[in-house]
Amino acid sequence: MIRDITIGQYFTGHSALHRMDPRTKLVLTIAYIVVLFLTDSLPGYLLAIGLLVLCYKLAHIGLKVILRSLKPVIPLVLFTGILNMFFISGDVLWHWWIFRITQQGLYFAAIMSVRIICLIAGTSLLTYTTSPIALTDGLERLLAPLAKLHFPVHELAMMMTITLRFIPTLVEETDKIMSAQKSRGADMETGGLIKRVKALVPILIPLFVSSFRRADELALAMECRCYRGGEGRTRMRQLHMGGVDLAATAVMALICAGIILCNYLPL
Amino acid sequence: MKEPIIQVKDLVFSYQSSDESLPPHRALRGVSLEVPEGQFLAVLGHNGCGKSTLAKHLNGILVPESGQVLIDGIDTRDDDRIFDIRQIVGMVFQNPDNQIVATIVEEDVAFAPENMGVPPAEIRRRVDWALETVNMQKYRQQATYQLSGGQKQRVAIAGILAMQPRCIVLDEPTAMLDPHGRRRILATIRTLNRELGMTVVLITHYMDEAAQADRVLVMDDGAVVMDDIPQRVFSRVTELQAIGLDVPQPSELAFQLRRQGVELPYDILTVDDCVTALAHLLEA
Repeated sequence: MIRDITIGQYFTGHSALHRMDPRTKLVLTIAYIVVLFLTDSLPGYLLAIGLLVLCYKLAHIGLKVILRSLKPVIPLVLFTGILNMFFISGDVLWHWWIFRITQQGLYFAAIMSVRIICLIAGTSLLTYTTSPIALTDGLERLLAPLAKLHFPVHELAMMMTITLRFIPTLVEETDKIMSAQKSRGADMETGGLIKRVKALVPILIPLFVSSFRRADELALAMECRCYRGGEGRTRMRQLHMGGVDLAATAVMALICAGIILCNYLPL
Repeated sequence: MKEPIIQVKDLVFSYQSSDESLPPHRALRGVSLEVPEGQFLAVLGHNGCGKSTLAKHLNGILVPESGQVLIDGIDTRDDDRIFDIRQIVGMVFQNPDNQIVATIVEEDVAFAPENMGVPPAEIRRRVDWALETVNMQKYRQQATYQLSGGQKQRVAIAGILAMQPRCIVLDEPTAMLDPHGRRRILATIRTLNRELGMTVVLITHYMDEAAQADRVLVMDDGAVVMDDIPQRVFSRVTELQAIGLDVPQPSELAFQLRRQGVELPYDILTVDDCVTALAHLLEA
């Protein structure tokens, strides 16, 4: 069950998207999110979707993966969609008792759903094509100027790295603890909400205890490998902005401009 | 003669219990030890005999309560040179899961040289070399969590090798592995010692692992009780059993046969030794 989390999962590959500098990808992803919220025309959305489809094609990531990453947000999409559908006033298409559906409402519901889906699919693409280390690396370097203001950039990046590293380990451990508690007769599948939450206690406590032990050992192992904070540290992987980054930035700029211009089209 | 790489003199260490009213637990009571460069030393003992505590003194994770630990002549109490010491003596722990920092194999191996401020091209060279040495180069781009326990432990060893230490201390590196993983790790350790001439200190409670060392140190209750070549250590069957240790099966068989009056040599350690000796006896 917990293994279904695909956000933050990286697929190795050598596509243009994989070869791009993580900093470029981060900035472009942010630009994409901003543009998604700026646009409110149909051609604009089609362009945004088109861009996404193109990127997924370039990265060789299948439809199945996208659908799997969208699964957890379906309730959110439905909720915002339905909310928009019923509560936006305009030309009434259908009404019953206090519920009414308007043309504008339908339109907004569709737009909001597309927006959320593009948002998730777009940001997931970043993590699919960028290894977590490259991602934190890129983030660390993008934020580097903040270190002058005593913002703990390196520490933050290190925390992210370790978090990403330990998610699969802790998921595995949770599974083991759950099996262990079940074999001792713990009941986690029946009963009301409160009972089920209570049933989680015997899982969380051992998980916490073991996490602290792991943290302790990890800290020791890091010290043994001469870790002493970010100062004077070098990196094996050097980041280079190359032709791919330039091309991607140009394409992205053009498409974003196009999407924004669509707002002013006389439709 | 060259100075030994590890010198331990009258090392005493106690753990203070979190409950102040309890007396501190004395883990090491006067351990002295010298390890010459290039030696493969195994430290044997049952749980709680102080062997892990000793290991943690060898690269300054713990500092002596009294006595002294010198690594290549540097006192481990010298805070300014602690990272020099850790670069000379690399340490591998029991649980591979808790030593791996990065999600991708080669990036984890690069962690130590990155910390040391090694230039990028040199890090690349060291990472490739380290992964080759532990025979993991084909997994260099893999996610660390997809590896088996034995593979993870080899990555952890590569992570230490990338520092290019002169000595490697392994604290029960095979305790959490299956027999296959154990064999691979042991083969790796032998390569480090025989082919690269690296000093190895292997903390273990497996007799067959200790039997492969140049020298075996047996610890009991915070003190060294035996310190000799494996053949001589394992011929002292009754003493070993008295402190709760087993002997390798061939040695045990030879011991039992000797008790029955069969004339077998005292230095039988491996199955091959045992077969040769018995064949020799039957032919005579």
